[in-house]
Amino acid sequence: MNFIERPKQISVGVLALQGAFQEHIHMLQSIPKVSSILPVRTAEQLRSIDALIIPGGESTTIALVAEHSGIWENLKEFVRQKPTWGTCAGMILLANEANNTKKGGQKLLGGLDIKVNRNQFGSQIDSFESLLHIPQITSSPEDPFPAVFIRAPTISTINSLEVEILAKLGHNVDETDASTVVAVKQGHLLATSFHPELTNDNRIHKYFVEHAINYIVSGQNGKKEISLKDGNQNTQKPT
Amino acid sequence: MSENFTVPANLTRIENDKIPKVSHNGVIATFSVKTGLAQNLKNGVIMDVINAEQARIAEEAGAAAVMALERVPADIRKEGGVSRMSDPKMIREIREAVTIPVMAKVRIGHFVEAQILEAIGIDFIDESEVLTPADEQNHINKHNFKIPFVCGAKNLGEALRRISEGAAMMRTKGEAGTGNIVEAVRHMRTINNEIRRASAMSEEELFSYAKELQAPYHLLKETAKLKRLPVVNFSAGGVATPADAALMMQLGCDGVFVGSGIFKSGDPAKRAKAIVQAVTHYDDPKIIAEVSEDLGEAMVGINIDTLQDNQLMAKRGW
Repeated sequence: MNFIERPKQISVGVLALQGAFQEHIHMLQSIPKVSSILPVRTAEQLRSIDALIIPGGESTTIALVAEHSGIWENLKEFVRQKPTWGTCAGMILLANEANNTKKGGQKLLGGLDIKVNRNQFGSQIDSFESLLHIPQITSSPEDPFPAVFIRAPTISTINSLEVEILAKLGHNVDETDASTVVAVKQGHLLATSFHPELTNDNRIHKYFVEHAINYIVSGQNGKKEISLKDGNQNTQKPT
Repeated sequence: MSENFTVPANLTRIENDKIPKVSHNGVIATFSVKTGLAQNLKNGVIMDVINAEQARIAEEAGAAAVMALERVPADIRKEGGVSRMSDPKMIREIREAVTIPVMAKVRIGHFVEAQILEAIGIDFIDESEVLTPADEQNHINKHNFKIPFVCGAKNLGEALRRISEGAAMMRTKGEAGTGNIVEAVRHMRTINNEIRRASAMSEEELFSYAKELQAPYHLLKETAKLKRLPVVNFSAGGVATPADAALMMQLGCDGVFVGSGIFKSGDPAKRAKAIVQAVTHYDDPKIIAEVSEDLGEAMVGINIDTLQDNQLMAKRGW
């Protein structure tokens, strides 16, 4: 086996079609392990980055603009191979299935074996802030993460054992149960219902960058190949 | 209350000395939640629609939100009379037709219209000069509402007064219903110019500048430091083409409202889609050229100097 040096820094792109992408960019500027940050609007830009963040915004808008801009297929390919994190709208786009979509349905990039409920909590009046304990990220429940839920989706079904639950809501919100899942990880993909980019807490951004570096290292070593299920297709479990 | 203003997180680059901690647990309607929706709408297009069918066209074109109203500004201009909040039934029908956020307008100072919109669960309220003002001195105290508000401004002083009243988002007023971008440009340039001046001032000068602008000092100081408005700022009033939209984006706004420009044109679906693309790719002239091709008839438009003083909507608001 060849000795592979662990990359000290990676380049991160933020999908810049619609939504709060500058907020992610400002957040990434505080992380030393990020060598460059690129707002991504074209297939060429997508090819030059190690990892991608799909920001909050309107998932229908982002999907339509991506399609009209001719990068939908490139994005689909990217999220199947490289570390990607979706926040809110981004989580919807990374899901294999979604509820409460617009008439005629919504296009999804897919990759995560989950089903999401769009606008789980209702309209803007039901948007809220809440403190979350995320065991892999927050050291203790006394040091919670400030989560901002804006017309947020939640994860209604998990369809694979590969999907790891990172966080649950923790308290009941109207009809939504405390056990509702709001953050998951599967292979190289990460998804959160809430918006870390709308806070001043960069712990999840740091976590994603570390996660991406680990994935890149494991990929180079050939130890672990992570394949993702695409929609209804069955693929083999990684060995 | 207004002294509690906090800048939306990451609207500009973080400064290490200033990391306020959120201490709320499951709390709705915080200022972060209100400004958060505005941040999600950034780099998007918000389109005026008068029925469910238009709302669906807007959604399919990639609108980030729709503004439900009974008459687009061009028709309000033509037909005259008192213009009020829309029928809640019509707003509900639009809400049921789409999944993107739905906004609606109330008259300046008409807090009961705002209470009605809050009760029916609209996502964002526009306290708008396009409707006939209900109060010629006071705007709504927007801190009292759980729903975020967007307001119009022609200059920095007006914008900061609205923010101190609780607006979570601003828009330049332009001159609605004219299809003429000149006023939107004037207002955006005025705000940019005033922010640049403030940013170069010493604290002593800022005190005096606050007096001149009739703006709260603490908000002016924050603006001078950030070198931008301290909330999301869209452009509105006169956007009729993809080039107009890209022009406003290049002048530094965070997104655009399109009122009469889409559904008063020859091919609304195509024009709407083109304006959305132009906002995303605002700094790529090749793409703007492509999407500008063959859009059919643009709305006719009105030259501002042919309007009487009392026909100017931008003058409403104090």
